[in-house]
Amino acid sequence: MRPLTEDESKVAFEKLANYIGKNLVHLVDRQDEPHCFRLHKGRVYYVSEASMRLGISVARPNLVSLGTCLGKFNKSGKFKLHITSLDYLAPYAKYKVWIKPNGEMPFLYGNHVLKAHLGRITEDTPEHQGVVIYNMSDVPLGFGVTARSTVDTRKLDPTSIIVFHQADVGEYLRDEDTLF
Amino acid sequence: MSDSDIGDDEDEDAPITASNFEARSLALDAMAAREAQLDAQELQLVGQADVDEFEGAEDMDNDEEEVDAPEAVGAILPTAEEREDEKRVGGPEVHVVQKRMRECVRILKRWKVYGVKSGRARSEFLEQLVLDIANYYGYNVFLAEKLFQLFPVTEARSSEPYEAIEFFDANEVPRPVTIRTNSLRTRRRDLAQALINRGVNLEPIGKWTNVGLQVYESSVPIGATPEYLAGHYMLQAASSFLPVIALSPQPHERVLDMASSPGGKTTHMAALMQNTGIIFANDANKARTKSLTANVHRLGCKNVVVCSYDGREFPKVMGGFDRVLLDAPCSGTGVISKDASVKTNKTERDFTLLSHLQKQLILCGIDSVNPASRTGGYLVYSTCSVAVDENEAVVDYALRKRPNVHLVDTGLEFGRSGYTSYRGKSFHASVKLTRRFYPHVHNVDGFFVAKFKIMKRAKKEKGEDEVKQGVVMDEDGPQEEIRFDEMGDGQYIQEAKRRRLKARGLRVPPRSHAAGAAA
Repeated sequence: MRPLTEDESKVAFEKLANYIGKNLVHLVDRQDEPHCFRLHKGRVYYVSEASMRLGISVARPNLVSLGTCLGKFNKSGKFKLHITSLDYLAPYAKYKVWIKPNGEMPFLYGNHVLKAHLGRITEDTPEHQGVVIYNMSDVPLGFGVTARSTVDTRKLDPTSIIVFHQADVGEYLRDEDTLF
Repeated sequence: MSDSDIGDDEDEDAPITASNFEARSLALDAMAAREAQLDAQELQLVGQADVDEFEGAEDMDNDEEEVDAPEAVGAILPTAEEREDEKRVGGPEVHVVQKRMRECVRILKRWKVYGVKSGRARSEFLEQLVLDIANYYGYNVFLAEKLFQLFPVTEARSSEPYEAIEFFDANEVPRPVTIRTNSLRTRRRDLAQALINRGVNLEPIGKWTNVGLQVYESSVPIGATPEYLAGHYMLQAASSFLPVIALSPQPHERVLDMASSPGGKTTHMAALMQNTGIIFANDANKARTKSLTANVHRLGCKNVVVCSYDGREFPKVMGGFDRVLLDAPCSGTGVISKDASVKTNKTERDFTLLSHLQKQLILCGIDSVNPASRTGGYLVYSTCSVAVDENEAVVDYALRKRPNVHLVDTGLEFGRSGYTSYRGKSFHASVKLTRRFYPHVHNVDGFFVAKFKIMKRAKKEKGEDEVKQGVVMDEDGPQEEIRFDEMGDGQYIQEAKRRRLKARGLRVPPRSHAAGAAA
């Protein structure tokens, strides 16, 4: 477990900013309790400093996880957000997409969001923008990247893809072995 | 009888006075007589119902007198040849066993009435009953006997079913599916509404928990709904609420869960602590920490550190916890309905090894607690087993080994209190504060919960401690003071000296000389 290096922080923060934009400062400078980012076995954990200090006493091979896992660095140094980061993305997300009940299950099985399943979308979403996906009762289900801007979606046919799937809560069941 | 019947009707609710109490007592006598008659009829009916499938007892359906005939009662037990025959054909037929079990139970329950006349020993009936249970329910004989002995054979009224048989029957039936609302994400009412909309039929479990829901039937898989994936609830047996309720962790505490996978109890604790403080969730099995981590993240618990140590390393890794939950690895005799392989694969050795491990773990757990904690200083020990040597015996061991520890009330409203004496072993009197749960009584998995309060270690002079112990031992009035007796012990001292010299490889003087010197 160690703090992120300059380069690592840059890569990770860029990825996070893609979803929550300027709200990133709320994660870095928390009002309630100081939190920090820690790297352990290639994964980035976001954890309160008090927990981190106590977690130090656990030896490296025995430590499995602490706080919330945001994502991991792959071997080429890119940062991939995991579904576990949804807890922090959802409250701060700038752009949101709501999907209809009949689109919930297809999305939770790892499919992209089609126009037919689109319930609502934030008004001025640009193209290739990170969005958090909710169902109609405002439960966050995952996140993805828009394929078209809000304006362009109007003219698309119902089977075309609106949001490219990146992560969904179904991964807790599907990828339990590889996620952690 | 008719007179007393009338009296009965008239005075049922009236207060007892000098004028009517004779009539009342007559009425009660009559009622007892009627009940006895009903019992007799019931027995006869049972005998009649089964007689066609049991050729050996044609005479049974005729009359109660004949049922009680010594030969008939004795004939229930198979002879040695019959047993051999049964073995040859690969065990007796199911209905024969069933019938024999019922008869044995009936006789044992009213041993004074039926059994004494039979001329057979009571132990013979017991032995046969255990064998039949093992056969009928598919247990190995060792485990069948172990579980059977949990429920003492009492001279109960014959209308009451026999408890051990009830227990074995309950193990064949699955317990209801229950879920726990994750209060970090939603409220029980909202969750219930959301699930009802998906076609799930559910209801609150009971008054003792405000987060539990019992699922009756569901048109969708309950472990894969969007609500489940979003962490609004956890699939969790009702019994595993109990240790967490007993522990009742408070916000801003430091808590240890020594054997936590798959995380049902850990996440429950995090919810009770409202994501403050810190929870160390430990599990010795690294593969199982994956599902633990997944559940911790899915339910949004942010104050959890997951680690993978052997639980016995714990006070060394970290101590000073306000509360510790030890849900010890166990034989699983309480969850046979979930995992039937327990019936056959547990032997005496497993129980010895497990209780040894549990004893080590509980001491480690106690040592990890901070006795100076302002809010806590508690340890909860729980198992999903009903065996006494994994439960009361372990608790008793901990009480003996750690004098600064005592049992406190678990705070659970239901459950039976633990045994203070069991088959010749007697435990500390406070063991009755522990709680046992049975599938046939409470409709939860078989479970055991004990709550300890850890106090500061009293600093005592060494001599003082010894004196105190002497007082405790001293039960039959004042005794002679025990002190060092140089004359009597000289021989032993010499002997010990010899041994010490020998161990060092030195030559020792011959024994006769040493003994003579001592004398």
